[in-house]
Amino acid sequence: MTPVTGLPPWAALLTSVLVLLGAGLALTGSLGLLRFNSFYERVHAPTLATTLGAGCVLIASMVFFSALQTRPVVHEILIAIFLTLTTPVALMLLVRAALFRDRIEGQAYDEVKARALSADKRALLPHHRAIRPAPIDLPGGHHPGDGHEHDPR
Amino acid sequence: MRRWLLFPLLSACLLAMWLLLNQTVAVGHLLLGAALALCIPWTMRAVQPSKSRLRRPGTIIRLFFIVLGDIIRSNAAVAWIILSPGQRGRTSNFVNIPLELRNPYGLAVLACIITATPGTLWVGFDSATGVVTVHILDLIDENAWLDIIKGRYERLLLEIFE
Repeated sequence: MTPVTGLPPWAALLTSVLVLLGAGLALTGSLGLLRFNSFYERVHAPTLATTLGAGCVLIASMVFFSALQTRPVVHEILIAIFLTLTTPVALMLLVRAALFRDRIEGQAYDEVKARALSADKRALLPHHRAIRPAPIDLPGGHHPGDGHEHDPR
Repeated sequence: MRRWLLFPLLSACLLAMWLLLNQTVAVGHLLLGAALALCIPWTMRAVQPSKSRLRRPGTIIRLFFIVLGDIIRSNAAVAWIILSPGQRGRTSNFVNIPLELRNPYGLAVLACIITATPGTLWVGFDSATGVVTVHILDLIDENAWLDIIKGRYERLLLEIFE
């Protein structure tokens, strides 16, 4: 590792604290993927890394390069913007795929795990002859993860 | 002006992105960025986005800081849930919340806010009834979440988009 010359101590300290915090949050998010029991719970975990985790690392990068080059370096903002725009879309796609599978398997095993929305079914199952229409509304209070695992792989 | 500048906000964002990426405000890059900002929005015409206007920039800034604060707080909360030993006693479940917001852009922003915040997850929206399904990681009080999403986010989004 090459020592960074010309970096004021306050910037070095701030950068290292922020990088450690961000990396810690990303690690915690990854641990959550291991610890949570159902697919819907696991989807919550990686958002730690993509929001505050990435935010800390990006602010650290801004502080580091601004102090090193003695001029404001702020183009990391673009990474933050695109992360906040794209991650939720990917997560929502995953959740809807899981919901779709839950409904189909709920037909077969008679244990649907999610509250079905009738509009979704119209959109998702229009021409699928193998699948009978799912029950319109399910009683609340059931836990989507219990017993029936969903693995995104 | 209107004929050439199809989507003024998109053009402004593209120009800002170009200048940020190149880390300069030199005249050459300003001109090149302006040319790109004028040309690229033309491809958006093929998508035919519905017209919408953003109102109240002050409310947008307020919403930004509210969401930022909520994201930081829920990061801490979810990190605590993950790191604390023993997962029993915590219930995660779906909550149905009726919304008044109908503007597609407003709903998209709300979906991004809810999904980007750790602990809450946008599952689906029924456009016929206006009911949104949200998955909550640590569900204690359904009404508390109803208040947060309706009172905190939807109210501001209604001000901005409708």
